[in-house]
Amino acid sequence: MRAVIVDYHKGNLRSVERGLAGAGMEARVTDDASAVAAADVVVLPGVGAFADAATTLTELGLDDAVRRAVDGGAAFLGICLGMHLMFEAGEEHAPEGGPLPRGLGLIPGTVAALPRRDAAGRAYKVPHVGWNSVEHDGAALFEGIPSGEHFYFTHSFAAPDGPATIGTTVHAAPFTSAVQVPGRPVWGVQFHPEKSSDAGARLLRTFVRLASDAR
Amino acid sequence: MLTKRVIPCMDVKDGRVVKGVNFVNLRDAGDPIELAQRYDEQGADEVIFLDITATSDDRATTVELAGRASDELHLPYCVGGGFRSVADIRRMIAAGADKVSVNSAAVADPSLITAAAAAFGTQAILCAIDAKAVAGNPNKWEVYVAGGRKATGIDAVAWAVEATRRGAGEILLTSMDRDGSRDGFDCALTRAVARAVDVPVIASGGVGKLEHFAQGILEGEADAVLAASVFHFGELTVRQVKEDMRAHGIPVRL
Repeated sequence: MRAVIVDYHKGNLRSVERGLAGAGMEARVTDDASAVAAADVVVLPGVGAFADAATTLTELGLDDAVRRAVDGGAAFLGICLGMHLMFEAGEEHAPEGGPLPRGLGLIPGTVAALPRRDAAGRAYKVPHVGWNSVEHDGAALFEGIPSGEHFYFTHSFAAPDGPATIGTTVHAAPFTSAVQVPGRPVWGVQFHPEKSSDAGARLLRTFVRLASDAR
Repeated sequence: MLTKRVIPCMDVKDGRVVKGVNFVNLRDAGDPIELAQRYDEQGADEVIFLDITATSDDRATTVELAGRASDELHLPYCVGGGFRSVADIRRMIAAGADKVSVNSAAVADPSLITAAAAAFGTQAILCAIDAKAVAGNPNKWEVYVAGGRKATGIDAVAWAVEATRRGAGEILLTSMDRDGSRDGFDCALTRAVARAVDVPVIASGGVGKLEHFAQGILEGEADAVLAASVFHFGELTVRQVKEDMRAHGIPVRL
């Protein structure tokens, strides 16, 4: 299996690389579009802000490469910002008055700022930092992980709810914390499995198994 | 529901963990990575490595430590101490640190926070504030820098607000009065800052017994509680602390 971690030049990907290695998958960190397009497994990690990352992906030709890989049946996991980039557009650092930066468009919808107040008007801290629970209905990615298990989050923007939602977390309001493109081996998680201790390691092992099954 | 975090903090000098009492008299408490792994097993939510050598010539050891931490830890970690420039911070983030904390250099030049947050995201930049009560003024605290040795005349609450406005994603707030005292957090200080900013506040300085942690959350309104010696010397485990917090009705990950 050719597995790649997409490097879009925003930071260190060692934790993700080590996390996958611990789950039994040796993935190559690369910014080479042809290597990404030809991969069987593509992991898009989360570093930086949406607008900036989207621009870099486009400049390096990585957006088309990821779409080609996924269209060709590759398994995919987006982590944090990597999950945001699966959507059509994102508001984070969007230029004022201009069009919203475009994501990969694997899932419809726009990634928007987390609300800072709940329905009762109580204030919540943003960024949403720390361990929060993920509620799920037994989606394959969460095999062996009870609904309500805690994972580590750090973000200020969140993906919209929709048919792709397979996990939900509550901050000021409920938000989509895990997605799957329906019927495809294409997942995204808002939290950082590589930083989420045993539960995160378990999820990565399941991803690696599902990715192998998808071939 | 977002849980309240328990964060063991390791003061690191020459690659080893030490803990100062009132920032002097250092004692050796072992290898930082091994200790962090033990805390992971106990249920720690993240760890902080505070580089107390932190002179520019000694940074290499800490960058190396961050690299090892990325390889061997499965929980988030922050590195603090001695960052003077975006280039310093970039080296640590490139080595794998999830977050860095800035202190004295940000007080001297607040644009460091602006530039670092723009480069690495607000979630990666903590502003560490060492504060001390102003004599005769019960609701005023002053910012100290240079490891707590130098008064600045700056109001701690106002500085916390300014730091977050510039992009600090969390405030790591240490009470100089309580640090090493074992009398518990300065809850008045913590509450004043927690109410003034809209980012998470980590309470630090003064833990001596179990119930102090819950107090930091309930009375101090902190989002996370930090301690060092009580963990390093095995007086309390992170698990015991979280069980006590839960018994006080605080949401924790156990």
